[in-house]
Amino acid sequence: MTARTIILIVNGTAYERTIEPRLLLADFLRGDLGLTGTHVGCEHGVCGACTVLLDGDSVRSCLLFAVQLNGCAIETVEGLGTPARLSPLQEAFREHHALQCGFCTPGMLMTATDLLKKYPLATDDEIRAGLSGNLCRCTGYEHIVAAVRAARDAR
Amino acid sequence: MKPPAFEYVVAGTVEAAVRALAAAGGDAKVLAGGQSLVPMLNFRLLRPAILVDINHIAGLTFIEEHEHEVRVGALTRHHQLETSPLIAKCFPVMSEAMTHVAHLAIRNRGTIGGSLSHADPAAELPMLALLLDATLMIISSSGAREAAARDFFLGALSADLRPDELLMEVVFPRLPADTGWGFAEVARRHGDFALAAVGAILTMADGRIAQARIAMTGVDETPKRATEAEAMLVGQILLPALRDAAIDAVRGAVTPNTDLHASADYRRHLVGVLAGRALDDAWRRAGGAPA
Repeated sequence: MTARTIILIVNGTAYERTIEPRLLLADFLRGDLGLTGTHVGCEHGVCGACTVLLDGDSVRSCLLFAVQLNGCAIETVEGLGTPARLSPLQEAFREHHALQCGFCTPGMLMTATDLLKKYPLATDDEIRAGLSGNLCRCTGYEHIVAAVRAARDAR
Repeated sequence: MKPPAFEYVVAGTVEAAVRALAAAGGDAKVLAGGQSLVPMLNFRLLRPAILVDINHIAGLTFIEEHEHEVRVGALTRHHQLETSPLIAKCFPVMSEAMTHVAHLAIRNRGTIGGSLSHADPAAELPMLALLLDATLMIISSSGAREAAARDFFLGALSADLRPDELLMEVVFPRLPADTGWGFAEVARRHGDFALAAVGAILTMADGRIAQARIAMTGVDETPKRATEAEAMLVGQILLPALRDAAIDAVRGAVTPNTDLHASADYRRHLVGVLAGRALDDAWRRAGGAPA
């Protein structure tokens, strides 16, 4: 299949790569760019672990082909903060113990970033509905909801 | 699960898209939001030779107000429908139903044209197209045609759309004054496909129902209209006995499946309960007197 050369701006840095059309954005980020913070769970859009921001909107990176996104801006969990300098949302997750194994965390963080931008999240029900597309197998969600609630109050 | 290899074609115009579809001789798929197509590729349920990406076609993303209708471009994303003030004004039932469509990350990307073309039997948009008597504008290299939503859905994941055709635009006729609406859905988890969902629209005249529309999804091979229930409501007041009869007619109009998520009996029971709730809300919003 005909390879294509694309330029993607990921976390503010432009990357030029030549890729196969069938390469999923998630695999492009992890394999071609080495940005392994974006996790791959189900590969059919159900678990939410691979959620990133595309031009500011949350999307499943397992349901997009990198080749589609020439010239687009992607933000991954690596763009949120660093271990030494967590973003306020990451700090809220740390403060409220909103992770155990951490596998779902990058997707939770990117989803919550978009939710906080677009919705009032006035009630816990609304927060839960917003997070319902992201699966966590450890925490039972209570602490994740608490972290998003705290981030909402600090917004 | 990785998708099979395919040739990737970017169509910059509608003309280029239908030309590419025609040239592929039936072995191409349209890539719009990709929220159903890409999972099917990842599972290798589909192996098209070519994907025709229509995301760069300018002029397929719009929600336009006209005198008698609202026209929606096929590439309009679910989140745009969910948050459009024009949709909230003209079709509040759609604004409400769109909040039940999957999750934000899916709604940011998924398109109305994609959802209707995909024709999932538990999706909200095909049901809304049926409820609102939408007309679908379809184009191919051999010309343009219109299809009524009521004729468009042929079966589960099957629509009246040839492989060389592209759904371009969806036309929703505006609703009359004195119209109320209701929408009720049950899913195992917010954003999952509906176990059952019902939309109802009642238009009133002189305190009675002048026009009734009821549509269901998740309970048959396609979304359905409850034409028998609709007919019995016209000219009437929504009194308890009539409400019960309409619910029975809704249950009689569907043939649900048993699957992992719910039994056919449960779905049939549920669709009646939801129809009752949707009718109550529509009646109240249309200004009907409390029964």
